[in-house]
This record gives sequence, C-alpha cells and structure tokens, in this order.
Amino acid sequence: MIKKILSWLFLALILCFMYVPILVLIVYSFTDSTIIGNWNGFSFNLYVKLFTEERISKMLFNTVSLAIIAAFLSTVLGTLGAIGLYYSKGKFGKCIKGASSISVINAEIVTAISLALVFSLIAFGKTYFSLIIGHMVLCTPFVVLSVTPKLKQMDSSMYEAALDLGASPAKALFKVVLPEILPGIFSGFMLAITLSLDDYIVTAFTKPVTFDTISTYVYNAVKNQAKSELPALRALSAIIFVIMIIVVVVMNIRANKKTEEIR
Amino acid sequence: MEKNEKIIELVNLTRQYEDGVVAVDNVNLYVRKGEFITFLGPSGCGKTTTLRMIAGFDKPTSGKILLNGKDISELPPNKRPINTVFQRYALFPHMNVFDNIAFGLKMKRLKVTYEDENGKQFDKIEKLKKWEIAEKVEKALKMVDLEGFEKRSISTLSGGQQQRVAIARAIINEPQILLLDEPLGALDLKMRKDMQLELKALHDNIGITFIYVTHDQEEALTMSDTIVVMKDGVIQQIGTPTDIYNEPKNSFVADFIGESNIFSGTMTGDKKVRFIGHTFDCVDDFPKNEKVDVVVRPEDVFLMDEDKGQVKGVITSSIFKGVHYEMVMTVGKTEVVIQNTVERKVGEKVSIYIRPDDIHIMEKEFSSNKYDGYITKKNTVCFADGEFDCDVTQLYPGSFVDEEGYLITPDGDKIDLTDVDVSVEVGLKDIEISDDADAGGAVGNIVSMIYKGDHYQLIVRTDENEEDFVFDTEDTWNENDRVSVIIPKEKIKLTLKKEIKR
Repeated sequence: MIKKILSWLFLALILCFMYVPILVLIVYSFTDSTIIGNWNGFSFNLYVKLFTEERISKMLFNTVSLAIIAAFLSTVLGTLGAIGLYYSKGKFGKCIKGASSISVINAEIVTAISLALVFSLIAFGKTYFSLIIGHMVLCTPFVVLSVTPKLKQMDSSMYEAALDLGASPAKALFKVVLPEILPGIFSGFMLAITLSLDDYIVTAFTKPVTFDTISTYVYNAVKNQAKSELPALRALSAIIFVIMIIVVVVMNIRANKKTEEIR
Repeated sequence: MEKNEKIIELVNLTRQYEDGVVAVDNVNLYVRKGEFITFLGPSGCGKTTTLRMIAGFDKPTSGKILLNGKDISELPPNKRPINTVFQRYALFPHMNVFDNIAFGLKMKRLKVTYEDENGKQFDKIEKLKKWEIAEKVEKALKMVDLEGFEKRSISTLSGGQQQRVAIARAIINEPQILLLDEPLGALDLKMRKDMQLELKALHDNIGITFIYVTHDQEEALTMSDTIVVMKDGVIQQIGTPTDIYNEPKNSFVADFIGESNIFSGTMTGDKKVRFIGHTFDCVDDFPKNEKVDVVVRPEDVFLMDEDKGQVKGVITSSIFKGVHYEMVMTVGKTEVVIQNTVERKVGEKVSIYIRPDDIHIMEKEFSSNKYDGYITKKNTVCFADGEFDCDVTQLYPGSFVDEEGYLITPDGDKIDLTDVDVSVEVGLKDIEISDDADAGGAVGNIVSMIYKGDHYQLIVRTDENEEDFVFDTEDTWNENDRVSVIIPKEKIKLTLKKEIKR
C-alpha cells in the first residue's frame, strides 16, 4: 500500500517538475507586468501586442519561413541521401553509412563554429543563404535517420517488382518507393521543422547581423534587459505550447484509429 | 510457333559474388516454349540466383542468357518480356488491388501509327486507354477468382488472396515467361495444395512458359513438366518428375526427392550388391567390388514375418502418417525406413524383402574411407570396429592436450572430448596391414584384391559390422588372409559432427 502511494507521489513529483513551469508561464501570459512574479490583473494585452507589434511579427515570420525552407530542402536532400545509402553496397557504402551518423552525435557548437569558419573563408560571409545552409547541415542527418528505418521495413523486392512490371528506375522510385516511405519523410520533415524553429547556436553563428529569429531575439533581449517586447514572448510561448499539444493529440488519435482499422 | 522451340537458353551461366562465393556455376540449360520447369534444391543451391539473372535483377559474371536466340543478359529488367511472382508477393501496400494489378499496364507505352491529312504516316507513343486497362484488370481478376476485389486495400487480404493478386499482376502483362520464386512458401498446407493445382491449371490455360523455384520436392513433382535439381550452384539432374523420382542420378538427388533409404554397398558379383549384411540381386551392372550408393524407396520395402524375408531386424519406431505407417527397422547399426499400411509394433521382430527392380544403384565417388566414430576417454578414436591412436588437437586449430587429458583451445576453453562423435576420414594410401593381429587397431579379412596396373587395391572387411578398409599397396597378399589394420596417427583426419557445447 505504502509502496503504491510512494510510487504515485514520485510520478506526481516528476510531472510537476516537468509541467508546472509551463503552467506558470501560461498563467502569467494573461497579465502584462514586465517583471515576472508580479500580477497586474488579468488582461489579453500581451496577446494583442504579439499581433500588433511589427518587430515581433517580422521575427515570427523570419523564424517560420526559415524553418519551412530549411526543413523542405533538408527533407529532399535527406530522403535522397537515405535512399542512396540504403542501396549502396560494399566497403565504401559502409563507410558512408557510418559517416552520415557522425553529424547527429556531433556537438552542435562544433558544427556551428566550423560552419562560421567555412563561410568566412569562402568570402560570401554571413547571409540568409549561409543561414539556410547552416540549418540544412543541422537537419539533414535527422531526416536520414527517420527515413532509413522505413526503407528497412519496406519489402526490398518491391522496387524490383516495379522494375519487373516495366517501370523505369525513376518511375519505380516515385511511384513505389517514395509513397512507401512517405510517413518517414513526413516525420523527418516535422523533426527538421522543430529543430530549425528553436535552434540558437547554429543560427547565431551563421545569421546575417540584422536578421533575428525568436531564439536569437530572446537571447539578445534577455542579455540587454527589459525590452518592451519581452513580456509578449510569454504569450508567444503559450501559443506555441498549445499548438504543440493540439498537434500531439491529433496525431495520437489518428495513429490509434489506424491501428484499429488494421485490426 | 512450334511447341518444341527453345524460348530461353542459359549458356555457361556463372555468378560469382564479390566475396568469392560461386552461387551459380557454369549452368547450361534450355527451356522449351510453354513448359512448366522447376528449379529444385535446398536453400543456397543457386536456384533463386539463376531466376534473378533471368529476371534481370542480377547480372551473370560470365555466360549468356538467350531469349528466343538473342542475348538478354545486359538488358534491364523493365525491358524484358518476363514477369515475376515474388516470394513475399512484393505487392504495393499503398495501392488497392486494382492499381496493383494495373501497374504494369500503366507503365506500358505503345507505338501507334497514324496518318495525317496529307497521307503521311507518323508514330506516336501512347499510353493504354483507361477502359482498356479496366477491361484487362477485370479479366485478370476473374482468372484468379477475385472478382469484385478491385477497391480492396492490400492489407485486408489474406495470404492466399495476396498471392492471387501477385499472380494477376504478373500475368496481366502477357509476359513470354512467368517466373515464380517460391510463391507458395508463406501459405498454409491446405492452401498450398489448392494453389498448386490452380497454378498448374493456370499454366495449361494461358500457355506461357513458367519457371518455378522451390525447395519443396512434392510441389515440384506435382506441378512440373521438367525438374532441374541443383546443389551448390551446379545442376545435378534434369528430367521429368517420374525420371527424377525413379532414376535419381546420385545420392543427393535420391535423398532430396522423396523419402529414401541410402545405403553404402559393395558389388559382390554380376548384378549382385551387398548392403545391410545381405547380398541382394539387382538389375544394375557395376564392376565387382565397386563401392556404390544403394537407394531404396521406403514404399518399396516389403515387411514380412521374421523368417520369410531377406534381412531380419527389429522395429524401433512407428509413426502414423495418415495413409500409411512409417516404420524404422534396425539391422545392426543401420536403419531402414519402411512405409506400409499395416502396422508392426515397436519391438516386433520382422524381416524385409526388396525386389531387384526397386534397388537403385549409383556410382559412388570413392577417394577416401569415411567412417563415423567417437573419441574415447584416452583420446583415441573408435571407428570401423577398431580403436586407433589419433591427434585430437586437429579438431580445434591451435589447441593442445593438458596432463589430465582435456583439450585446451587457443581461447583457453577446457573441453572434455570423451564420447564426442566425429567423422573419420582415411586416405587410400594411408593404411597398412600386418599379419600380427595385435599390431593394428582393427582386425579383418582381405575380401578383395584388384591389380590396378602398378599397385593392388585391397579391401579388408571387419567381422562385426562388416566395415571395409580400402587401400592401395604394392605388396601382394592373399584373399581371405586375416590381418590387422594399421593407420599412422597423423593420417587419421577427424572432424566434429557438431559443435561442442562448452
């Protein structure tokens, strides 16, 4: 009995530890005090500010558009890479397979500094282009990682079956292999988006000076103290959290439905 | 076209993998138009690799594949008029039944010749019309008994239905050859039997050439016009099912096709062969004293009361198999498998009779003496009614024997070899004999002495189990001399029958 109570208590404690900060954040997003901890009464001011302040909406647009572009490009590159790796044979193939996972375990700061170094070496310096390349370097290995298991699950004779039925290798790829690994590609894309959205290190090292994403903006805001937009970020965080919750719930429901259908 | 025309011909076909393994070794074969031919063999015999080369998924290292006389070995699979039914079907799960079957037709491009207003002819590459595709799919579904399944998704189909979709998907393209790679392997027994008959009927109906790959001998016997038995990338025998069953060319084919008793025998005279302690009359003619393999089908062994047959023995096992009982009669150390509808109880003393017609004798490649033996406590080896000194360290390279008689492997493991079963091999030049009965490990009588130009080949036979020692010698002896057999320690080659558990 005591064991049971203790185990429940432990669980509750862990959950509190994980979710209470977020709850506090959401609660404080409904008051417009500049100092966290002060309650100036209930208001939607922060939310209004979020959508009226031009700086914030621009930065929001920057972040999202960068995430989508970088994620899209990394998904294309990563999917092709995963397919290439899957069908590559021999010692060379094995080497490349090993090398492709290095960038996943590599410390991000190393990636960031080396990228910055390369961009300053090859003259064009830090531009929007270098930022996108930086994010692609960050995301592509994760796309490869999420596509590869789908390829391995796929019946390897499926591609051969398509060729056998008269499809050219390109047609077989687009009509048979790609649709089959689509879930992996999609989850790779989502992973790339989230990675790019909240990345600070690589962004900071590769972005042009005048360009800001949410993470670099917040960092600068905190460093320079009390900017007027700072409280509005509480509202932004609350919105992001709610969207995430909705996405997770919807995905779970869909997954459950699918498994039921199969049964 | 003529029925006997060769549709496909394999010429000196060889496939060697990068790691040096030769999967298909110089295979020569032709398939007649409309034939149902089966490649049969255990896994790793090269049958699937051969099929993959015909389909175009694998390229031969050397040799040619001729389709209607033209070499197609460099042609990619999508350009060959050949379709495949894959082992695990390889259906496209994201498409429904209709789209799966229509896939090949949708890929097809036709050259259509038109005439413009000026009467000039020009070619246009066209896809098949939608209604044409729908019509053909419907016909194909009807052929495999799946009418009305067009909209079903693949995951809702049973194994047998998926199988049918895979077949429909292949035959809808009207290929010249249909390749089937163990297509029934994933089905349960009853389904498999039904599908065997259906495939055979389908073959008769559409008349295209079927090349079938299986490791199931019964499947091969049921369906094929011709069977190609393969082992280690080499064709062992090509023939009709009856030929292969009744006249196997070697002991491998005999063992693989159907149940069989395979005995080591010796020719003892004109159409007389001795095995399991009895001299039988037979119909095959082999030189006297030649070592042969004798094959007897279990259903050809007649069971009789103890004193009526040729060889006496005891029933040691009996299993009911539905139509018949499968019994094992033990004669000395040899087991004879017998199939009969009348059961004899375990322990019953019986005898057997084998008709001369039912004894199939095959040449045995004889290059060394082979025995089954075991290691004794003293690290000697017992075989062929004798005990010999031997070098047990050869069982594990780099090992040695410690003072207590245990074998120490290079990894430091300590192994007790007592009673471990081994295969023993002794070369023809490695045996000596002596008049002194105590000089060697085994004692026997010289039963044969054949002059082979510059030396004699002798056979010494032991009393107890009639084991033979065959060897070459330059000395002359007399038949029926009683001698002992001496084998130098280092000439006894030992291999483990199975890995020892440590």
